[in-house]
Amino acid sequence: MYSFDYERPSGVNEAASALGEDDKFLAGGQTLLPTLKLRLSQVDKLVDLGAIGELKGIAKSGSELTIGAMTTHVTVANSGDVKSAIPALGSLAAHIGDAQVRNRGTIGGSIANNDPAADYPAALVALGATVHTNKRSISAEDFFVDLFETALEDDELVTKVSFPIPEKAGYAKFPNPASRFALVGVFVAKTASGVRVAVTGAGPSVFRQSDMEAALGSNFAADAVSGIKTDASGLNSDIHASADYRSHLISVMAARAVTAAG
Amino acid sequence: MSVENGIGAPVRRKEDQRFITGNGHYLDDMNKVGQAYGYFLRSPHAFAKIKGIDLNAAKAAPGVVDIFTGQDMVADGIGGLICGWGITSKDGTPHKAPPHNSLAVDAVRHVGDQVAFVVAETLQQAKDAAELIEVDYEPLTPVTNIAKALAPGAPQIHEEAPGNLCFDWELGDKAATDTAFAKAAHVTKLDLVNNRLSPNPMEPRAALGDYDAGTGELTLYTTSQNPHVARLIMSAFLAIAPENKLRVVAPDVGGGFGSKIFVYAEETTTIWAAKKVNRPVKWTSDRSEAFLTDAHGRDHVTHAELATDADGKILGFKVSTKANMGAYLSTFASAVPTYLYGTLLSGQYKIPSIYCEVQAGFTNTTAVDAYRGAGRPEATYVVERIMDTAARDLNMDPTEFRLKNFIPSDAYPYETPVIMTYDAGDYATAMNMAKDMIDYSGFTARKAKSEANGKLRGIGSAAYIEACGIAPSAAVGSLGAGVGLWESAEVRFNPTGSVTVFTGSHSHGQGHETTFAQIISDKLGVDINSVEVVHGDTDKVPFGMGTYGSRSLAVGGSAIVKAVDKIVEKSKKIAAHLMEASVEDIEHEHGVFSVAGTDKKLTMGEIAFAAYVPHNYPADLEPGMAENAFYDPLNFTFPAGTHIAEVEIDPATGVVEIVDWAAADDFGNIINPMIVEGQVHGGVAQGIGQALLEGVQYDEESGQLLTGSYMDYCMPRADNLPSFRIATTNTPCPSNPLGVKGCGEAGAIAAPAALMNAIVNAIGRDIDMPATPEKVWRAINTH
Repeated sequence: MYSFDYERPSGVNEAASALGEDDKFLAGGQTLLPTLKLRLSQVDKLVDLGAIGELKGIAKSGSELTIGAMTTHVTVANSGDVKSAIPALGSLAAHIGDAQVRNRGTIGGSIANNDPAADYPAALVALGATVHTNKRSISAEDFFVDLFETALEDDELVTKVSFPIPEKAGYAKFPNPASRFALVGVFVAKTASGVRVAVTGAGPSVFRQSDMEAALGSNFAADAVSGIKTDASGLNSDIHASADYRSHLISVMAARAVTAAG
Repeated sequence: MSVENGIGAPVRRKEDQRFITGNGHYLDDMNKVGQAYGYFLRSPHAFAKIKGIDLNAAKAAPGVVDIFTGQDMVADGIGGLICGWGITSKDGTPHKAPPHNSLAVDAVRHVGDQVAFVVAETLQQAKDAAELIEVDYEPLTPVTNIAKALAPGAPQIHEEAPGNLCFDWELGDKAATDTAFAKAAHVTKLDLVNNRLSPNPMEPRAALGDYDAGTGELTLYTTSQNPHVARLIMSAFLAIAPENKLRVVAPDVGGGFGSKIFVYAEETTTIWAAKKVNRPVKWTSDRSEAFLTDAHGRDHVTHAELATDADGKILGFKVSTKANMGAYLSTFASAVPTYLYGTLLSGQYKIPSIYCEVQAGFTNTTAVDAYRGAGRPEATYVVERIMDTAARDLNMDPTEFRLKNFIPSDAYPYETPVIMTYDAGDYATAMNMAKDMIDYSGFTARKAKSEANGKLRGIGSAAYIEACGIAPSAAVGSLGAGVGLWESAEVRFNPTGSVTVFTGSHSHGQGHETTFAQIISDKLGVDINSVEVVHGDTDKVPFGMGTYGSRSLAVGGSAIVKAVDKIVEKSKKIAAHLMEASVEDIEHEHGVFSVAGTDKKLTMGEIAFAAYVPHNYPADLEPGMAENAFYDPLNFTFPAGTHIAEVEIDPATGVVEIVDWAAADDFGNIINPMIVEGQVHGGVAQGIGQALLEGVQYDEESGQLLTGSYMDYCMPRADNLPSFRIATTNTPCPSNPLGVKGCGEAGAIAAPAALMNAIVNAIGRDIDMPATPEKVWRAINTH
């Protein structure tokens, strides 16, 4: 780890103005701290968001569930509001990483990092969530741009995520046996505006599987998607899984996500 | 009469209280006044010439005490690291042992090779300075795969080893085996890869060097499984310091699995540098360095053929193996794919003729050496995979095929065609026990049920044997070992009756403090809480060969028994004097000395007190009650048994679930069954890791390590494992006084073959380890 300055502001505006050119926000730190420790990244200053109360918490109002950016995975997993509104989201949070990661990692930190194998991006895109920042609101689909890249500007920080409550939803993950990240994760949501299927882990960034959405739109059943193929070109290929295998797993996980949605 | 907490009692481990309450003393917990920190600059290239190293900017960096290169160590007369076991090739030439300097001199040969050692006031400063070192590399084309390294035209890694060949060794009778194959009704052929593993002890390696300028003594605190051997090698071959001026201490050590047997570059450089800077210097490996530099295990490519007659009796066995040694020859690397491998190829079977040849070669990878089982898992994997394959070819049940070919229990001592003499065993009993435990005959019904649920189901067994209790010095000496493999012990009574036991073996998780205390308690009637076991310090223990090869109890425990026998002998003389009887009339049982035919008796504690306060004492006897003993075993021990695995496979994903596991092991007599059970659990977990999850991978083009963290190197976790059914049979080992055989490696030896046989049984075709979901899915879907 290289040496750096550390600041722990208590408000969002204070945090945004504290951030200099070579500084980074620290949320749960589950990716940032290991990369700093390994000297794979370097910052002049860490602006710790941990003391900002307004970034934490879960609220359910009418047709919407809102989760503060600094809410930990374990809080989401254990929330009664999440369980009643979008049980698939609670279950997703309960299976992120391990207990240590879930105790420290946050939804805002996870989506701002946009790891291609993270679980949350699939939920946000499938559920048609909106990412709120200190500057604006961004639809989830526009938020996740590419591998480790989001629509966030340098001094922009995620404040909360709002999810329209779906009719039903399900998530199925095939975990990487080593890291337990998603080798392939498929989130399926049936909403008032139609069925959405989002895939994480398989490509450079989360994406929607439109053939499956169309098929499920007319028949919301596992059989409707298990035979639908996803073009393997452009999918990730590494020592853990080839693109072909990932493509195959998308079909299997999509069917299981539909089954999980009930 | 039995003793509470004596031999056979499942005593809770005495050492666990301090381990689980954070009161252990591990290396990185230790600090010395004035201590500086060391950091190694490592090669980013798999293979490159070093054309120059510029230290100027780095030496001027804040906090830097000094920076050393390979040239500095050579100039100081420090020798290279050695391999302590000589192997002779078929043509009579000795194995090729190219120079292995602790710090690279003119070339680097694997990613992570040590280039320079920075000593600074803080670790951060040492790392900062290392970034300022300018190394002029000329990158060369690397080779990481052993088959490619031994093929013509491969990059030449060491001048001293043409064609990258370390040795081309053989064992057994080629002509007799060829004759047997000519008569065979059937020949089964099999190609296997034994995947390369990273050892992953919980505590990474570490070293703390301390130099006393007044006495000239050097002390190295380090994570070693065998501190005396480390001292011997560093003194005799590296010339770090004379043995009498060098102390090596291995305190609590958090696991080794073999990887801490070896004398590494980092530890030797650290102790040398401590003297150069005249300050204590500490180096602690981080996990990334551990992946890059801890000696790996396995990495064999093998072709095997088994000849059988028309009745399913084995006639002959041929094995040809290519073994990857890595970039340099590690401390015992040459012994692993030869005398710890070829000698076990008879398995539990009566095989009239066997021929084995092994070509070992260099590659641009981390060195490979002994890892839990060391050679014996590789041998068992070959034997037990081909036994299942042959049974399939012959249309026989694999367990029936094994039972038909087992060495019968009345055939001992049994001499194999690969120079081992098995002393005792009862293989059919263990196999039948394992079959009963897992309800082998009910498998067909369970398989049908799985199939009805859309799942595949398979069952597979492995009947393993291992040569442990390493080893008779004369035997290993004749096979090329540079050392004898006896063990030492001292049993020292204190005047108040408590006991300190000094052992040359080393505990890094095995529970010696409990097991050895149970032996003392049983033999001498001392409460186990009054027995202290001391190990791991060359200034305290007479000498020791250390812990590996499941030897601590069979060899180290036997040395303790020998010392106890001397204690008893002396005590009888004191007892005879005190009770006014003749020595011949003194009887001893569990620490009570009595005069035959009377009610006169004295306890061990009373006698020990008399020995230290000899007011009334035999005139011809020395005071004091401390005896030491050196024990050299008569033979190896031969633990054996059968493990059976049952799996269910999801054909949609290729995911293998282990649904049941039965282990019937013959470890001879057992001192602490709870510790034995723990060893079996851990060993099986590691074997399952190899078969299902683990595998070191290099990028073949660049030679970069692809599995350099737990994000990519998959360790077994609790949810990968079933509940194990464990039982033991007992044919006492006839060649040591405790009748024990050793249990530390059995699980890791048996598990890979059993599990792979179960997977192959389920999917109907051969695949290599690790059986990852994609590999299994592809095998299922390739027709």
